[in-house]
Order: sequence, then C-alpha cells, then structure tokens
Amino acid sequence: MTWAAPLIEAIAYISLGLGSLGVMIGALGLLRLGDIYQRMHGSGIVDTGGAGLILFGLLLLSPDWTVSVRLLLIGFILGITGPTATHAIARAARVSGVEGQMKSKQGGDT
Amino acid sequence: MSCLAAALLALGVGFILAITRATLGPTPFDRVLAVNTVGTLAVLAISVYGFFDGRPAFLDIALLYALINFIGTIAILKYFRFGTLGDHALPNSDEDGA
Repeated sequence: MTWAAPLIEAIAYISLGLGSLGVMIGALGLLRLGDIYQRMHGSGIVDTGGAGLILFGLLLLSPDWTVSVRLLLIGFILGITGPTATHAIARAARVSGVEGQMKSKQGGDT
Repeated sequence: MSCLAAALLALGVGFILAITRATLGPTPFDRVLAVNTVGTLAVLAISVYGFFDGRPAFLDIALLYALINFIGTIAILKYFRFGTLGDHALPNSDEDGA
C-alpha cells in the first residue's frame, strides 16, 4: 500500500486546483452577469464548486481526525448557510421590487 | 505546499472580483450578495492558510466566521426590510416594500 499516500496527495492537489478554478469562475460570474438574480448563480458556484472542492482537497491532506471533523463541519455549515442566505437575498430583492432582466427587456442584450 | 499558495492566489482573485461587484453593484442587494461571497471566500482563505502553516486552530476561526457571516447577511437584510434591527419592527403586514 505504499502507492496510496502519493495518490491521495495527488487527488488532494487536483481537487484544490479545481476548487480554486471554481472560486475564480464563480467570482467572475458574480461580476459579469446581468442582474442580481443571475449573479446569485455566480455566488452559488463559489459556495458549492469552490468551497466543496477546496474543503475536499484539504480533507484529504488533513493529518489527523480532529482536523477532518472540523473541515466536515465547515463544509456542512457552508452547505446549509450558503443557499439560505442566497434565498433570503433573492426574496428581499423580489419583495422590494428589483426587476429581473428577463421580464423587462424580453431577451434584450445584457 | 505550492498548491496551497496557488489556492490562496485564486482566493485573492476571487476577493478582488467580489469587492469590485460590491462597489459597482447598482442595487443594495448586489452589495449584500457580494459581501456574503467575500465572507465565504474569507472562510476558505483562513482554512487554506491554516493548512499552510500546519496550525489546525485556524479551522475553528473559519468555522466561527462562516456562522457570523450568515448572521450578518440576515441582519443586513432585516435592516433593509424593517429599517431597524430592534424588536419593535413595523406593525403592518409582512408584504410591504423595503
């Protein structure tokens, strides 16, 4: 089983890299998308793709079980609070009358 | 080790983009969304940096930051809705505007 350790480390670094990519893509989506309802897609990518993969990579690199428990807890809490906060923002924007782009321009350019 | 530095750089790029959206955001809700994303990125940056030096205590800080970030976002939204954070929120119905 001597080949297991470098394999796990390789998988960890690959998932860290993909997570970093997800973070950048999500943040870019947050910046460039049309209106607030589309930008939530970007922040969702940061929450799921970025955070999930980075925490998974760290989980593989973690030296002992106490670190792994904390990482799992962080991932669990991010998984719970991320969508809830985005839903609260969407509802607050909706109630206070922020118009979505699709409705007002019927598919006009961004 | 260098992969953790790359992750920190990517989180830095994410920070810059999110803060740009926070400053540009036309509606206040864009700003709240951007600040929420900055909070999530901070959680990731703290936990990655904790691994960088081999200090597991950073993960407790990241855990706490994730919780406080959520509470802060909900508090800002409540302030937008009711104009006050106190318990004497506006007596009229829940469906009125901000």
